[in-house]
Amino acid sequence: MEAVLLQFMNGLDKGSAYALIALGLTLIFGTLGVVNFAHGALFMIGAFCAIVLNRIFSFSFETIDPTRTDFLGNPMKVSTPYVEKWFGTFGTSLIEYSVLWSIIFAIPVMIAVGIAMERGLIKYFYKRPHADQILVTFGLAIVLQEIIKQIFGANPIPNPAPSSFVGSVDVGVWLGMAEFTVVYPMWRLVYFVFALIVVGGVFAFLRYTTFGMVVRAGMADRETVGLLGIDIDKRFTAMFGLAAVITGVAGVMYTPILSPNYHMGMDFLVLCFVVVVVGGMGSLAGAVAAGFLLGIMQSFAAMSEVKDFLLGFSIDQVIIYLVAVVILLTRPRGLMGRKGMMEE
Amino acid sequence: MLNNIRNNDTVLMSLIVVMVLAAPLLLAPLGAGYPDLMQRFAIFGIFAVGFNILFGLTGYLSFGHAAFLGVGSYSAVWMFKLLSMNIIPAIILAVIISGLFALIIGYVSLRRSGIYFSILTLAFAQMSFNLAYSVLTPITAGETGLQLALDDPRILDAPYEAGQLPTPGLFGLYMNDTWTVNFIGMELQFNVGYYVCGLLLIALFYVALRIFRSPFGMMLRAIKTNQTRLNYTGVNTRPYTLAAFVISGMYAGLAGGLMASMDPLAGAERMQWTASGEVVLMVILGGAGTLLGPVLGAGVIKYFENIFSRMNDQVVESWFLWMPEGLTEFMVAIVHPFVGKGWHLSLGLIFMAVVIFLPGGLIEGANRIIGWIGRRFGSKKTDKSGEAPAPAE
Repeated sequence: MEAVLLQFMNGLDKGSAYALIALGLTLIFGTLGVVNFAHGALFMIGAFCAIVLNRIFSFSFETIDPTRTDFLGNPMKVSTPYVEKWFGTFGTSLIEYSVLWSIIFAIPVMIAVGIAMERGLIKYFYKRPHADQILVTFGLAIVLQEIIKQIFGANPIPNPAPSSFVGSVDVGVWLGMAEFTVVYPMWRLVYFVFALIVVGGVFAFLRYTTFGMVVRAGMADRETVGLLGIDIDKRFTAMFGLAAVITGVAGVMYTPILSPNYHMGMDFLVLCFVVVVVGGMGSLAGAVAAGFLLGIMQSFAAMSEVKDFLLGFSIDQVIIYLVAVVILLTRPRGLMGRKGMMEE
Repeated sequence: MLNNIRNNDTVLMSLIVVMVLAAPLLLAPLGAGYPDLMQRFAIFGIFAVGFNILFGLTGYLSFGHAAFLGVGSYSAVWMFKLLSMNIIPAIILAVIISGLFALIIGYVSLRRSGIYFSILTLAFAQMSFNLAYSVLTPITAGETGLQLALDDPRILDAPYEAGQLPTPGLFGLYMNDTWTVNFIGMELQFNVGYYVCGLLLIALFYVALRIFRSPFGMMLRAIKTNQTRLNYTGVNTRPYTLAAFVISGMYAGLAGGLMASMDPLAGAERMQWTASGEVVLMVILGGAGTLLGPVLGAGVIKYFENIFSRMNDQVVESWFLWMPEGLTEFMVAIVHPFVGKGWHLSLGLIFMAVVIFLPGGLIEGANRIIGWIGRRFGSKKTDKSGEAPAPAE
């Protein structure tokens, strides 16, 4: 029981990331009808926003501290970040909580990137065949990925979580189990809660605001909404920005779990496409549900019991694809897919 | 009309034959006349021609064809390890295995069309990559890649000299045998491996040509034009698309087998999504749905890849030496990200530029130029030449 619960929770953090990326992907797909192969790059850009902010905050100057010596006996050089000099303890906490500050930093950046992408490139591809849309965003993904590689290098860059969130929590005790049976890293729990808040926020936004209502109407029938005198294009551009933000902050918060590197976007993108297909194209709830479902399944497939059962082959790398095959053979539209969505 | 087309096919075929056979002579002045690069031209030409049968004719955009290339390579290397260093059984097995693989993947992926199909094939390619990279390590040797070893059984071959790895061959000819001929100051390299690849390219190009002109090819084009209509007229399109998928998968497997024959090792990175993207780019750049386009695209991409990735800062600097000093450094700094290790950045930019500005590829570009000349000078004769490349579709 404890082992099952632990694996279930281990799947939650990956599942949260899948769900958030797939949510952004579905938003773009449902509103604009474009499959965005550069969506993984947005996740990656978000993650690198966190790296950039961390570097800005910890930009430091060196002073020589005569009271201390290093192992060679020379006076020790101490590097002090500028923010610490300027703001004192507040500066220290800035560096400490740079991941959380990065969310605020990433939002305008992602909006700008998203809108630039939509207005600058994707806009011109609405009337072109789907193959062209796929190809041009695919090319864009390569370009963005290579630019990041040129700037930050090919190695993963670690970005620590705030120290008050480092360590683990004993979830088992909360549920009345024995101590140290279900120990879970604190940051992953934070990530899961964060994902729930974001998903809830997006659903509430679409459900309870006029803007969201118009967007939903536009998703259902773009032409009619346009005929009613609403500038649907502008709203859809805003939705592209929103989708970029969701994906970007998902990347920001994921940096303490996985040190970002230049190809993380594409690694996640392929899986998230599968998530979207399994969930049903154009269905927001389906994308989120399938994201969590597949994340948890992946975590269960990594259990050593499962590995023993399969004669030593570890299938955690491929389970998602196998599930996708089974789902598509039995329910071609995905779990919650609607009829008529992208079926021409 | 019929006569006209047949004539043009003959022209096209003889063009390919001449280009392939005389490649060492034609490419030597471009600095590309060495065996390794020419082999890659021919192999990727085959790969692209096969991909074009699927994408160019039916419009189904597969993002997973590198998987078949990888499967072909692995099967060929296994044949070298177990049976013989002769390339014929290796290539036959590569084609059969990749064909079976394509049948399975195609059967599942072709249940959906359009975007779904692209995503599914991409997912399958990534799954194959993961399988080869980690899960099936006993078969694929995982990260290190599958290589020949001294103690492989090779049951058909006579024992080799101790301490030396054998090279793949064809009845006494070895793939890396090269005759160097001096011809008006140029060194022409005639390589066995290249001619094996080249002759196969000619044969497979002919097969593709026959497919393009056959009723089967017409049916595939009809699928691209209007699949719904075909369905309403009572045609089941699935067998046709599946056949096209398997054929193009077999082409890819053959290319993979050839790749392993030229250099007997196989690694998982051959199956990555970037490799699939590269073949898509070749076909798009040349012109999807045209016969000559994919070969042209493969040649251009491989040529530029070779040129670009060999450029380092010294080479770039030598271009701009005539400028004032500061400006030279500035230009080098600008060009630097795009060459050498940054080749992929240039590749991505070319990819985007082609899709945005020239969706019909180089062939369409050439047609446009010829058409423009035809209109400009307006005579009957040039008008006709404006139409002439059309059968190259």
